[in-house]
Amino acid sequence: MIAEAGLAALWLAAALAVLQLMLGVLGLTGGRDALLPAIRPVAVVQGVLTALSFALLIWLFLDSDMSVKLVAANSHSAKPWLYKFAGTWGNHEGSMLLWVTILGMAGAAVAILERRVAERTLAATLAAQAFIGIGFFAFLLFSSNPFERLIPAAADGQGLNPLLQDPGLAFHPPTLYIGYVGMSVAFSFAVGALVMRDVGADFARAMRPWVLISWIFLTLGITAGSYWAYYELGWGGWWFWDPVENASLMPWLAATALLHSVTVLATRDGLRAWTVMLAVIAFSMSMIGTFLVRSGILTSVHAFAVDPERGSFILALLAIYIGGAMALFAIRISTVKEGSQFEAVSREGALVANNLLLSAILGIVFVGTLYPLGVEAVTGEKLSVGPPYFNSAAGPLALLLVVVMAMGPVMRWRRDRLKPVVQRLALPVLLTAVALLAVVLLAPGIGILPFLGIVLAIGVGAASVAPLWKRNLRRTPLFTYGMVIAHLGIAVALAGMACESAFNKETLVAARIGDTARVGPFSVKLKDITPIAGPNWTALEATLEVTRGSGTPFILKPQARMFSNPPTETTEAALKVQLDGQLYLVLGQADDQGRWQLRLWWKPFVTFIWAGGIMVALGGFLALIGRLRREAKTWRREAIA
Amino acid sequence: MSAPSETGRTAKPWVLWVPLTLFVLFFAMAAVKLVWPGNTNIDSQMIGKPLPRMLLPPGVAGRAPFQTGAAPDGKPRLLNVFASWCIPCIAEAPVLMEMKRQGIKIDAVAIRDRPEDVATFLGRWGDPYERIGSDVDASLQLAIGSSGVPETFVIDGKGVIRLQHIGDIRPEDMADIVKALEDAR
Repeated sequence: MIAEAGLAALWLAAALAVLQLMLGVLGLTGGRDALLPAIRPVAVVQGVLTALSFALLIWLFLDSDMSVKLVAANSHSAKPWLYKFAGTWGNHEGSMLLWVTILGMAGAAVAILERRVAERTLAATLAAQAFIGIGFFAFLLFSSNPFERLIPAAADGQGLNPLLQDPGLAFHPPTLYIGYVGMSVAFSFAVGALVMRDVGADFARAMRPWVLISWIFLTLGITAGSYWAYYELGWGGWWFWDPVENASLMPWLAATALLHSVTVLATRDGLRAWTVMLAVIAFSMSMIGTFLVRSGILTSVHAFAVDPERGSFILALLAIYIGGAMALFAIRISTVKEGSQFEAVSREGALVANNLLLSAILGIVFVGTLYPLGVEAVTGEKLSVGPPYFNSAAGPLALLLVVVMAMGPVMRWRRDRLKPVVQRLALPVLLTAVALLAVVLLAPGIGILPFLGIVLAIGVGAASVAPLWKRNLRRTPLFTYGMVIAHLGIAVALAGMACESAFNKETLVAARIGDTARVGPFSVKLKDITPIAGPNWTALEATLEVTRGSGTPFILKPQARMFSNPPTETTEAALKVQLDGQLYLVLGQADDQGRWQLRLWWKPFVTFIWAGGIMVALGGFLALIGRLRREAKTWRREAIA
Repeated sequence: MSAPSETGRTAKPWVLWVPLTLFVLFFAMAAVKLVWPGNTNIDSQMIGKPLPRMLLPPGVAGRAPFQTGAAPDGKPRLLNVFASWCIPCIAEAPVLMEMKRQGIKIDAVAIRDRPEDVATFLGRWGDPYERIGSDVDASLQLAIGSSGVPETFVIDGKGVIRLQHIGDIRPEDMADIVKALEDAR
């Protein structure tokens, strides 16, 4: 019954989404304004029903109800409960239902909380949100029903991809989806504002928290995904420019640009057309990202099963939403009035530079990701675009971007001059010079990008704290702290990336028991190999005794795991974090002479990459809290008046 | 100096349609790929092109180094990409030995390897090679478009790549490779 109840809730929610769209369209045309107040409650109920439907699917997974096809195909009664739970969205149908649920709940939240924009603009926004929802409801109900029964029921399930049996999986997809769906709200606001010709500061303030939420979760999702690939794949790299990684990076780049331009629109009422364009692009990128992952048209480590029918369905949705929004933009944007003006050297100018650089990087990643697809479509040739292209094309722009990031926050709105800006940054500029000298003397011969990366990370790190200089720290608003921490996080992550690529040490050995290998400042001795068993896997575990210089030895235990259901092998790298970096040890296969492949890496300061990512997200969170508090304060003041 | 603050003011009307045009392009590509998924083997782009100029140090102490370019005897030969740490290379070894017995000249490139390990490997599994180069950073491997070990290339007398065989050579693959060598004459 539970499966049927879930399906019923989904159908009802879909029907309400249609109603929500009709109310919006009818209410906004032909003077039927009386219909408009109904749209908020409909959106709320629709959100509740999708959430109910998803909760019931979770129940089915936790209960291991093998009479449901999806559960039988993707779960197993012997699996730990956390993975049963996470298994709900570790498959195509479940993850699409999760997407729709977040979409519905976001729509409900807009309906309940939004008080700032005009009633008609809000109605158009909710109608746009419903229009997006309808496509996904149709997708779920007609081609990916998660509640389909299996008759007769299976005796037990067929497991879950063991690569995905990791606590990280419980959080990674939902995190990215909240990010993607948050973009859909920003997009709906943009569409609503375009339709109602209401692009202005109020629209920007309504949209900003959603952009922030979305951006925080995208940042967390990318950071976590990068760490997952780093330790689970056992290749020692933290970013592979893999198509699926790029699919998550592109919305982040667009969202970062949008976040900055929406601030200009909210504070200064400038960059109107540009902000609307970015909102459309950011949502397009999240949809394209979902499509690339879900359709399997790009081969990658993350690729899910290829199903042309589903791929075509999502592609059709893309055509309707993105094509429609871009056409609407092209037709309507000329009616958007010019915003306020500013000079090139000003905070707006720096933010425009930020936007252009981010857009250029986005373009580079977009072209690099899709170029192989284009070439194959035209000539049938196969090729892949790898790190050399991305690093050399996007790297210099990214470094330029952090320089702009250092300068922007200390510039004045509307007009400023370069000389005082440099004076305000005297200390960071000095630090950059010192770092330059130090790196040249201490680490000669490292590559140009890592070299500039290290030097700029130090200068930019110092500059990002500069906005707090000579300010009353207790009266500084929370969102300013947010900006400072986020910018500092970028510098920290940059330092980690640059150090990793400049000083990474790698050793590949075939070792017998008792052999010792060296990597960086460590000596690693293979003491023993023992078989061990987990709940649904067996593993070979190496006992490695690691000594740094003359310090006390410690034991690390990397594993090579074999899952029985389905049969798959994974590596569990052993990691040891030190203050100045991370030791990363992987156990490989044995040869026939009793030697074991060991891959040993010493990665100085590599953990800074993810620490920086978390700081960026934390900065976003503080900014969000700060903005919401300020909004609530003005709202209360207006209510009293 | 005033900045172009608003795209709406400075942009020409056609600029507004650029995003949509780009999206239509993307749509067409994705649709093509969905309709014709194609196969997923990655063939070298270097087939029909000469080996890039490169001189590799000997893969085993005391052996001839490996130099690309025209073959010493002007006849087609094989280039085997292998490594002592590679398990399928062991499976392939007897097949290569059989080809050597038939008079086929085979050169080799050892990928990311150490001379002493290569010597042990050859001592144990047989040494079918005429020349062995040591490719410590896989630069030759990348240059000839090989994506893994083992792989075997048919090189004609002028040093042009004629065929790429991905994975270990099974006994049943021998006929194809011998034929490619004949064709390369």
